[in-house]
Amino acid sequence: MQTVKMVVTGPFSAGKTEFIQSVSEIDVVSTERKISTAAERSVKEATTVAMDFGRITVDEDLVLYLFGTPGQKRFDFMWEILSEGMLGFIVMVDSTRPETFREARSILETFRAYAPTPYVVAANKQDKDDAWDLEDMRHALRLDSKTKFLPCVATDKATVKSVLLELLYSILAEMESGE
Amino acid sequence: MALRGNLRDFTITQLLNLVNLAQKTGTLVVDGPSEQAYISFREGKLAYARVGQDDGSLAAVLHKANRLTVNQYRAIVERAGKITDKELGLLLINAGYLTQEEILLNLQSYFTEIIRRLFTWVEGFFRFEGEMLAPEDRINVRLDLENIIIEGSRQLREWEQLQDEIPSLDMALKFTDRPLKNVNLSVEEWRVVSYINPRNTMKQIALTNKMNDLDVRRIVYGLLQAGLVEIVRPEGMVIPISPKTFPTQDKEEQKSLVNKLIGRIRSL
Repeated sequence: MQTVKMVVTGPFSAGKTEFIQSVSEIDVVSTERKISTAAERSVKEATTVAMDFGRITVDEDLVLYLFGTPGQKRFDFMWEILSEGMLGFIVMVDSTRPETFREARSILETFRAYAPTPYVVAANKQDKDDAWDLEDMRHALRLDSKTKFLPCVATDKATVKSVLLELLYSILAEMESGE
Repeated sequence: MALRGNLRDFTITQLLNLVNLAQKTGTLVVDGPSEQAYISFREGKLAYARVGQDDGSLAAVLHKANRLTVNQYRAIVERAGKITDKELGLLLINAGYLTQEEILLNLQSYFTEIIRRLFTWVEGFFRFEGEMLAPEDRINVRLDLENIIIEGSRQLREWEQLQDEIPSLDMALKFTDRPLKNVNLSVEEWRVVSYINPRNTMKQIALTNKMNDLDVRRIVYGLLQAGLVEIVRPEGMVIPISPKTFPTQDKEEQKSLVNKLIGRIRSL
Protein backbone atom coordinates (compact mmCIF):
# COMPACT_ATOMS: atom_id res chain seq x y z
CA MET A 1 0.00 0.00 0.00
CA GLN A 2 1.36 3.40 -1.06
CA THR A 3 0.53 6.48 0.95
CA VAL A 4 0.92 10.20 0.34
CA LYS A 5 -0.02 13.07 2.57
CA MET A 6 -1.15 16.66 2.49
CA VAL A 7 -1.19 19.05 5.40
CA VAL A 8 -4.00 21.43 6.30
CA THR A 9 -2.76 24.23 8.49
CA GLY A 10 -3.90 27.64 9.67
CA PRO A 11 -4.66 29.61 12.83
CA PHE A 12 -6.81 28.47 15.70
CA SER A 13 -10.45 27.93 14.63
CA ALA A 14 -9.80 28.49 10.93
CA GLY A 15 -11.84 25.38 10.06
CA LYS A 16 -9.13 22.80 9.46
CA THR A 17 -10.93 19.93 11.19
CA GLU A 18 -14.18 20.65 9.32
CA PHE A 19 -12.28 20.85 6.04
CA ILE A 20 -10.84 17.37 6.50
CA GLN A 21 -14.15 16.01 7.78
CA SER A 22 -15.89 17.13 4.58
CA VAL A 23 -13.88 14.80 2.34
CA SER A 24 -12.50 12.11 4.61
CA GLU A 25 -13.98 8.66 4.16
CA ILE A 26 -13.36 7.88 7.79
CA ASP A 27 -14.44 9.88 10.78
CA VAL A 28 -11.61 12.26 11.36
CA VAL A 29 -9.31 10.95 14.03
CA SER A 30 -9.24 14.13 16.03
CA THR A 31 -7.22 14.80 19.12
CA GLU A 32 -9.45 17.55 20.44
CA ARG A 33 -9.37 18.90 23.96
CA LYS A 34 -11.53 21.34 25.84
CA ILE A 35 -10.23 24.91 25.47
CA SER A 36 -8.43 26.12 28.54
CA THR A 37 -8.51 29.90 28.12
CA ALA A 38 -11.66 32.01 28.29
CA ALA A 39 -10.69 34.07 25.23
CA GLU A 40 -10.31 30.99 23.06
CA ARG A 41 -13.39 29.35 24.59
CA SER A 42 -15.47 32.27 23.31
CA VAL A 43 -14.56 31.17 19.76
CA LYS A 44 -15.10 27.42 20.15
CA GLU A 45 -15.36 24.76 22.82
CA ALA A 46 -12.71 22.26 21.75
CA THR A 47 -9.55 22.47 19.69
CA THR A 48 -7.05 20.16 18.02
CA VAL A 49 -3.98 19.67 20.18
CA ALA A 50 -1.88 17.19 18.23
CA MET A 51 -3.36 16.65 14.81
CA ASP A 52 -6.40 15.68 12.79
CA PHE A 53 -6.20 12.75 10.52
CA GLY A 54 -8.41 12.04 7.49
CA ARG A 55 -8.17 9.44 4.74
CA ILE A 56 -9.15 9.21 1.08
CA THR A 57 -8.57 5.84 -0.58
CA VAL A 58 -7.63 6.28 -4.23
CA ASP A 59 -7.42 2.63 -5.17
CA GLU A 60 -6.26 -0.57 -3.56
CA ASP A 61 -2.63 0.57 -3.81
CA LEU A 62 -2.85 4.24 -2.98
CA VAL A 63 -4.17 6.22 -0.03
CA LEU A 64 -4.13 9.98 0.55
CA TYR A 65 -3.86 11.10 4.14
CA LEU A 66 -4.89 14.58 5.22
CA PHE A 67 -3.24 15.89 8.35
CA GLY A 68 -4.60 18.91 10.16
CA THR A 69 -2.14 20.79 12.34
CA PRO A 70 -2.99 22.13 15.77
CA GLY A 71 -3.87 25.80 15.44
CA GLN A 72 -2.62 27.02 18.77
CA LYS A 73 0.88 28.44 18.72
CA ARG A 74 1.99 26.46 21.75
CA PHE A 75 1.73 23.25 19.72
CA ASP A 76 3.83 24.53 16.84
CA PHE A 77 6.51 21.94 17.60
CA MET A 78 4.16 19.50 15.81
CA TRP A 79 4.20 21.49 12.57
CA GLU A 80 7.62 20.49 11.36
CA ILE A 81 6.97 16.86 12.22
CA LEU A 82 3.71 16.88 10.29
CA SER A 83 5.22 18.71 7.30
CA GLU A 84 7.88 16.04 6.77
CA GLY A 85 7.22 14.34 3.44
CA MET A 86 4.07 16.26 2.54
CA LEU A 87 3.02 16.59 -1.11
CA GLY A 88 1.78 20.09 -0.49
CA PHE A 89 -0.12 22.14 2.07
CA ILE A 90 -3.24 24.21 2.45
CA VAL A 91 -3.37 27.26 4.68
CA MET A 92 -6.88 27.86 5.97
CA VAL A 93 -7.86 31.37 6.96
CA ASP A 94 -11.12 32.39 8.60
CA SER A 95 -12.44 35.21 6.37
CA THR A 96 -14.51 36.63 9.21
CA ARG A 97 -11.65 36.98 11.72
CA PRO A 98 -9.14 39.56 10.50
CA GLU A 99 -7.40 39.37 13.85
CA THR A 100 -6.04 35.97 12.75
CA PHE A 101 -4.65 37.14 9.39
CA ARG A 102 -1.26 38.04 10.82
CA GLU A 103 -0.92 34.62 12.40
CA ALA A 104 -2.01 32.97 9.13
CA ARG A 105 0.72 34.86 7.32
CA SER A 106 3.24 33.74 9.90
CA ILE A 107 2.13 30.09 9.61
CA LEU A 108 2.36 30.29 5.82
CA GLU A 109 5.90 31.66 6.00
CA THR A 110 6.89 28.99 8.52
CA PHE A 111 5.61 26.16 6.31
CA ARG A 112 7.15 27.69 3.18
CA ALA A 113 10.48 27.55 4.95
CA TYR A 114 10.01 23.90 5.98
CA ALA A 115 9.69 22.44 2.50
CA PRO A 116 9.73 23.58 -1.13
CA THR A 117 6.34 22.02 -1.78
CA PRO A 118 3.39 23.71 -3.49
CA TYR A 119 0.64 25.28 -1.41
CA VAL A 120 -2.65 27.08 -1.73
CA VAL A 121 -4.43 29.43 0.65
CA ALA A 122 -8.13 28.88 1.34
CA ALA A 123 -10.37 31.70 2.55
CA ASN A 124 -12.84 29.82 4.73
CA LYS A 125 -16.35 30.96 5.76
CA GLN A 126 -16.85 32.90 2.55
CA ASP A 127 -20.59 32.22 2.92
CA LYS A 128 -20.80 34.44 6.00
CA ASP A 129 -22.07 38.02 5.78
CA ASP A 130 -19.08 39.43 7.60
CA ALA A 131 -16.50 37.60 5.44
CA TRP A 132 -13.81 39.81 3.95
CA ASP A 133 -13.54 40.12 0.17
CA LEU A 134 -10.88 37.93 -1.36
CA GLU A 135 -8.98 40.86 -2.83
CA ASP A 136 -8.86 42.66 0.52
CA MET A 137 -7.72 39.46 2.19
CA ARG A 138 -5.05 38.92 -0.45
CA HIS A 139 -3.58 42.33 0.42
CA ALA A 140 -3.90 41.78 4.16
CA LEU A 141 -2.20 38.39 3.88
CA ARG A 142 0.43 39.86 1.55
CA LEU A 143 -0.10 37.12 -1.02
CA ASP A 144 1.42 37.80 -4.41
CA SER A 145 -0.71 37.46 -7.52
CA LYS A 146 0.78 34.05 -8.33
CA THR A 147 -0.32 32.42 -5.08
CA LYS A 148 -3.57 30.51 -5.46
CA PHE A 149 -6.06 32.07 -3.06
CA LEU A 150 -9.37 30.24 -3.12
CA PRO A 151 -12.80 30.87 -1.61
CA CYS A 152 -13.91 28.03 0.61
CA VAL A 153 -16.61 26.82 2.96
CA ALA A 154 -15.07 24.02 4.98
CA THR A 155 -18.43 22.29 5.52
CA ASP A 156 -19.21 22.32 1.78
CA LYS A 157 -17.66 19.33 0.05
CA ALA A 158 -17.65 21.00 -3.39
CA THR A 159 -15.46 23.93 -2.31
CA VAL A 160 -13.19 21.64 -0.30
CA LYS A 161 -12.73 19.43 -3.38
CA SER A 162 -11.95 22.50 -5.45
CA VAL A 163 -9.22 23.57 -2.98
CA LEU A 164 -7.67 20.08 -2.97
CA LEU A 165 -7.78 19.92 -6.76
CA GLU A 166 -6.10 23.31 -7.14
CA LEU A 167 -3.32 22.13 -4.88
CA LEU A 168 -2.93 18.94 -6.91
CA TYR A 169 -2.85 20.96 -10.16
CA SER A 170 -0.06 23.08 -8.66
CA ILE A 171 1.85 19.94 -7.65
CA LEU A 172 1.49 18.55 -11.18
CA ALA A 173 2.50 21.85 -12.76
CA GLU A 174 5.60 22.04 -10.57
CA MET A 175 6.56 18.48 -11.48
CA GLU A 176 6.20 19.28 -15.18
CA SER A 177 8.12 22.55 -14.94
CA GLY A 178 10.93 20.78 -13.10
CA GLU A 179 11.49 18.30 -15.91
CA MET B 1 19.83 23.91 43.34
CA ALA B 2 22.06 24.90 40.45
CA LEU B 3 20.81 27.79 38.40
CA ARG B 4 21.04 26.39 34.92
CA GLY B 5 18.71 25.77 32.02
CA ASN B 6 17.61 26.57 28.51
CA LEU B 7 16.89 30.04 27.14
CA ARG B 8 13.74 28.65 25.55
CA ASP B 9 12.29 28.11 29.00
CA PHE B 10 13.88 31.01 30.84
CA THR B 11 14.66 34.21 28.94
CA ILE B 12 17.60 36.56 29.52
CA THR B 13 15.15 39.16 30.88
CA GLN B 14 13.83 36.67 33.44
CA LEU B 15 17.40 35.74 34.42
CA LEU B 16 18.37 39.39 34.92
CA ASN B 17 15.24 39.90 36.99
CA LEU B 18 16.18 36.95 39.18
CA VAL B 19 19.77 38.21 39.64
CA ASN B 20 18.42 41.66 40.46
CA LEU B 21 15.82 40.52 43.00
CA ALA B 22 18.09 37.97 44.68
CA GLN B 23 21.02 40.47 44.61
CA LYS B 24 23.25 37.73 43.31
CA THR B 25 27.02 37.83 42.93
CA GLY B 26 28.69 35.65 40.32
CA THR B 27 28.82 35.12 36.59
CA LEU B 28 26.10 34.12 34.19
CA VAL B 29 27.58 31.98 31.42
CA VAL B 30 25.41 31.73 28.31
CA ASP B 31 26.17 29.34 25.45
CA GLY B 32 24.45 31.04 22.55
CA PRO B 33 23.88 29.91 18.97
CA SER B 34 27.47 30.62 17.89
CA GLU B 35 29.31 32.19 20.80
CA GLN B 36 29.58 32.25 24.56
CA ALA B 37 28.87 35.21 26.85
CA TYR B 38 30.04 35.90 30.41
CA ILE B 39 28.03 38.43 32.40
CA SER B 40 29.31 39.15 35.91
CA PHE B 41 27.25 40.66 38.73
CA ARG B 42 28.03 41.99 42.16
CA GLU B 43 25.14 42.10 44.62
CA GLY B 44 22.57 42.17 41.84
CA LYS B 45 24.29 44.87 39.80
CA LEU B 46 26.01 44.45 36.45
CA ALA B 47 29.78 44.49 36.93
CA TYR B 48 31.33 43.19 33.74
CA ALA B 49 30.45 41.49 30.42
CA ARG B 50 32.28 39.76 27.64
CA VAL B 51 31.08 37.90 24.56
CA GLY B 52 32.63 35.65 21.92
CA GLN B 53 36.13 36.46 20.76
CA ASP B 54 36.05 40.04 22.10
CA ASP B 55 38.56 40.27 24.92
CA GLY B 56 36.56 43.06 26.58
CA SER B 57 39.74 44.87 27.59
CA LEU B 58 39.61 48.60 28.28
CA ALA B 59 41.82 49.33 25.26
CA ALA B 60 39.50 47.32 22.96
CA VAL B 61 36.39 48.96 24.41
CA LEU B 62 37.81 52.47 23.97
CA HIS B 63 38.97 51.64 20.45
CA LYS B 64 35.49 50.37 19.52
CA ALA B 65 34.00 53.57 20.91
CA ASN B 66 36.43 55.60 18.77
CA ARG B 67 38.13 57.01 21.85
CA LEU B 68 41.42 55.43 20.81
CA THR B 69 42.75 55.42 17.24
CA VAL B 70 43.93 52.20 15.62
CA ASN B 71 47.54 53.28 16.13
CA GLN B 72 46.98 54.15 19.79
CA TYR B 73 45.21 50.83 20.31
CA ARG B 74 48.03 48.90 18.61
CA ALA B 75 50.65 50.77 20.61
CA ILE B 76 48.91 49.91 23.88
CA VAL B 77 48.51 46.24 22.95
CA GLU B 78 52.14 45.95 21.76
CA ARG B 79 53.99 48.09 24.28
CA ALA B 80 51.90 48.12 27.42
CA GLY B 81 52.61 44.44 28.00
CA LYS B 82 50.85 43.01 30.99
CA ILE B 83 49.42 46.26 32.22
CA THR B 84 45.99 45.77 33.81
CA ASP B 85 42.91 47.72 32.72
CA LYS B 86 42.94 49.53 36.05
CA GLU B 87 46.53 50.65 35.49
CA LEU B 88 45.78 51.67 31.90
CA GLY B 89 42.75 53.64 33.07
CA LEU B 90 44.87 55.48 35.64
CA LEU B 91 47.51 56.26 33.00
CA LEU B 92 44.89 57.69 30.64
CA ILE B 93 43.30 59.75 33.42
CA ASN B 94 46.66 61.05 34.67
CA ALA B 95 47.65 61.95 31.13
CA GLY B 96 44.46 64.02 30.91
CA TYR B 97 43.37 61.96 27.91
CA LEU B 98 40.11 60.75 29.43
CA THR B 99 38.24 61.35 32.66
CA GLN B 100 37.26 58.60 35.05
CA GLU B 101 33.61 59.27 34.20
CA GLU B 102 34.26 58.89 30.47
CA ILE B 103 36.00 55.56 31.01
CA LEU B 104 33.15 54.24 33.14
CA LEU B 105 30.49 55.47 30.69
CA ASN B 106 32.24 53.75 27.80
CA LEU B 107 32.49 50.50 29.72
CA GLN B 108 28.84 50.70 30.84
CA SER B 109 27.72 51.31 27.29
CA TYR B 110 29.83 48.38 26.01
CA PHE B 111 28.49 45.99 28.68
CA THR B 112 24.89 47.11 28.08
CA GLU B 113 25.35 46.54 24.36
CA ILE B 114 26.43 42.96 25.05
CA ILE B 115 23.28 42.37 27.08
CA ARG B 116 21.18 43.87 24.27
CA ARG B 117 22.78 41.31 22.00
CA LEU B 118 21.85 38.55 24.42
CA PHE B 119 18.19 39.60 24.26
CA THR B 120 18.14 38.33 20.67
CA TRP B 121 19.32 34.87 21.72
CA VAL B 122 16.35 32.56 22.00
CA GLU B 123 18.31 29.33 21.80
CA GLY B 124 21.08 28.27 24.14
CA PHE B 125 21.98 27.09 27.59
CA PHE B 126 22.83 29.14 30.63
CA ARG B 127 24.37 28.52 34.03
CA PHE B 128 25.04 30.84 36.93
CA GLU B 129 28.45 30.35 38.57
CA GLY B 130 28.35 31.85 42.04
CA GLU B 131 32.07 31.25 42.54
CA MET B 132 33.11 32.93 39.30
CA LEU B 133 33.63 36.63 39.92
CA ALA B 134 34.37 39.41 37.43
CA PRO B 135 38.04 39.29 36.35
CA GLU B 136 40.23 41.22 38.80
CA ASP B 137 42.39 42.81 36.12
CA ARG B 138 39.35 44.41 34.47
CA ILE B 139 37.53 47.54 35.57
CA ASN B 140 34.15 46.65 37.04
CA VAL B 141 31.11 48.90 36.97
CA ARG B 142 28.02 48.96 39.19
CA LEU B 143 25.05 49.25 36.88
CA ASP B 144 21.45 48.89 38.06
CA LEU B 145 19.59 46.22 36.11
CA GLU B 146 16.08 47.71 36.22
CA ASN B 147 16.40 49.82 33.06
CA ILE B 148 18.10 47.02 31.19
CA ILE B 149 15.28 44.65 32.20
CA ILE B 150 12.60 47.09 31.03
CA GLU B 151 14.41 47.56 27.73
CA GLY B 152 14.78 43.80 27.40
CA SER B 153 11.07 43.20 27.99
CA ARG B 154 10.22 45.79 25.36
CA GLN B 155 12.65 44.20 22.95
CA LEU B 156 11.27 40.74 23.70
CA ARG B 157 7.78 41.83 22.71
CA GLU B 158 9.15 43.36 19.54
CA TRP B 159 11.18 40.21 18.90
CA GLU B 160 8.10 37.98 19.29
CA GLN B 161 6.12 40.14 16.90
CA LEU B 162 8.92 40.21 14.35
CA GLN B 163 9.34 36.45 14.59
CA ASP B 164 5.65 36.05 13.84
CA GLU B 165 6.00 38.25 10.79
CA ILE B 166 9.29 36.77 9.57
CA PRO B 167 9.58 33.28 11.08
CA SER B 168 12.52 32.09 9.01
CA LEU B 169 15.65 33.93 7.93
CA ASP B 170 16.41 31.08 5.52
CA MET B 171 14.05 32.67 3.02
CA ALA B 172 15.14 35.26 0.46
CA LEU B 173 13.73 38.63 -0.58
CA LYS B 174 12.86 40.13 -3.90
CA PHE B 175 11.71 43.59 -4.88
CA THR B 176 8.06 44.02 -5.75
CA ASP B 177 7.02 45.96 -8.84
CA ARG B 178 6.95 49.21 -6.87
CA PRO B 179 9.87 51.43 -7.82
CA LEU B 180 12.34 52.24 -5.08
CA LYS B 181 12.09 55.97 -5.74
CA ASN B 182 11.58 58.83 -3.31
CA VAL B 183 11.96 56.42 -0.43
CA ASN B 184 13.92 57.66 2.55
CA LEU B 185 16.03 54.84 3.86
CA SER B 186 18.59 54.87 6.64
CA VAL B 187 22.17 53.75 6.07
CA GLU B 188 21.37 50.39 7.69
CA GLU B 189 18.31 49.91 5.48
CA TRP B 190 20.34 50.70 2.37
CA ARG B 191 22.90 48.12 3.43
CA VAL B 192 20.17 45.49 3.50
CA VAL B 193 18.54 46.75 0.30
CA SER B 194 21.82 46.53 -1.59
CA TYR B 195 21.93 42.76 -1.01
CA ILE B 196 18.30 42.02 -1.84
CA ASN B 197 18.29 39.33 -4.45
CA PRO B 198 16.28 36.09 -4.61
CA ARG B 199 19.60 34.23 -4.36
CA ASN B 200 20.50 35.72 -0.95
CA THR B 201 18.79 34.47 2.16
CA MET B 202 18.02 36.97 4.91
CA LYS B 203 20.50 35.07 7.07
CA GLN B 204 23.24 35.71 4.50
CA ILE B 205 22.30 39.40 4.26
CA ALA B 206 22.50 39.71 8.05
CA LEU B 207 25.85 37.94 8.15
CA THR B 208 27.35 40.07 5.39
CA ASN B 209 26.19 43.26 7.09
CA LYS B 210 27.23 42.04 10.55
CA MET B 211 23.67 42.45 11.79
CA ASN B 212 21.95 40.31 14.37
CA ASP B 213 18.65 38.52 13.75
CA LEU B 214 16.62 41.23 15.41
CA ASP B 215 18.19 44.05 13.38
CA VAL B 216 17.71 42.36 10.04
CA ARG B 217 14.13 41.34 10.89
CA ARG B 218 13.34 44.91 11.96
CA ILE B 219 14.58 46.32 8.65
CA VAL B 220 12.95 43.64 6.50
CA TYR B 221 9.67 44.14 8.37
CA GLY B 222 9.72 47.85 7.48
CA LEU B 223 10.42 47.06 3.83
CA LEU B 224 7.64 44.44 3.79
CA GLN B 225 5.15 46.82 5.36
CA ALA B 226 6.01 49.47 2.78
CA GLY B 227 5.32 46.87 0.07
CA LEU B 228 8.82 47.25 -1.35
CA VAL B 229 9.88 43.62 -0.99
CA GLU B 230 8.35 40.19 -0.67
CA ILE B 231 9.60 36.97 0.87
CA VAL B 232 10.48 34.24 -1.63
CA ARG B 233 12.13 30.86 -1.52
CA PRO B 234 15.83 31.27 -2.28
CA GLU B 235 16.62 30.79 -5.95
CA GLY B 236 19.18 28.19 -6.84
CA MET B 237 19.13 26.73 -3.36
CA VAL B 238 18.28 23.09 -3.64
CA ILE B 239 16.07 22.14 -0.73
CA PRO B 240 15.69 18.42 -1.20
CA ILE B 241 12.15 17.17 -1.30
CA SER B 242 11.84 14.53 1.33
CA PRO B 243 12.13 11.04 -0.15
CA LYS B 244 9.09 10.25 1.95
CA THR B 245 6.95 12.58 -0.20
CA PHE B 246 6.35 10.00 -2.91
CA PRO B 247 6.40 6.25 -2.47
CA THR B 248 8.32 6.04 -5.75
CA GLN B 249 11.30 8.01 -7.07
CA ASP B 250 10.34 7.50 -10.72
CA LYS B 251 9.11 10.85 -12.14
CA GLU B 252 6.55 9.31 -14.48
CA GLU B 253 5.11 7.16 -11.71
CA GLN B 254 4.95 10.22 -9.47
CA LYS B 255 2.96 12.11 -12.12
CA SER B 256 0.67 9.17 -12.64
CA LEU B 257 0.10 9.04 -8.90
CA VAL B 258 -0.87 12.73 -8.78
CA ASN B 259 -3.22 12.23 -11.74
CA LYS B 260 -4.83 9.33 -9.88
CA LEU B 261 -5.33 11.60 -6.87
CA ILE B 262 -6.91 14.27 -9.08
CA GLY B 263 -9.28 11.71 -10.56
CA ARG B 264 -10.25 10.43 -7.12
CA ILE B 265 -10.90 13.88 -5.66
CA ARG B 266 -13.03 14.81 -8.68
CA SER B 267 -15.14 11.71 -8.14
CA LEU B 268 -15.85 12.42 -4.48
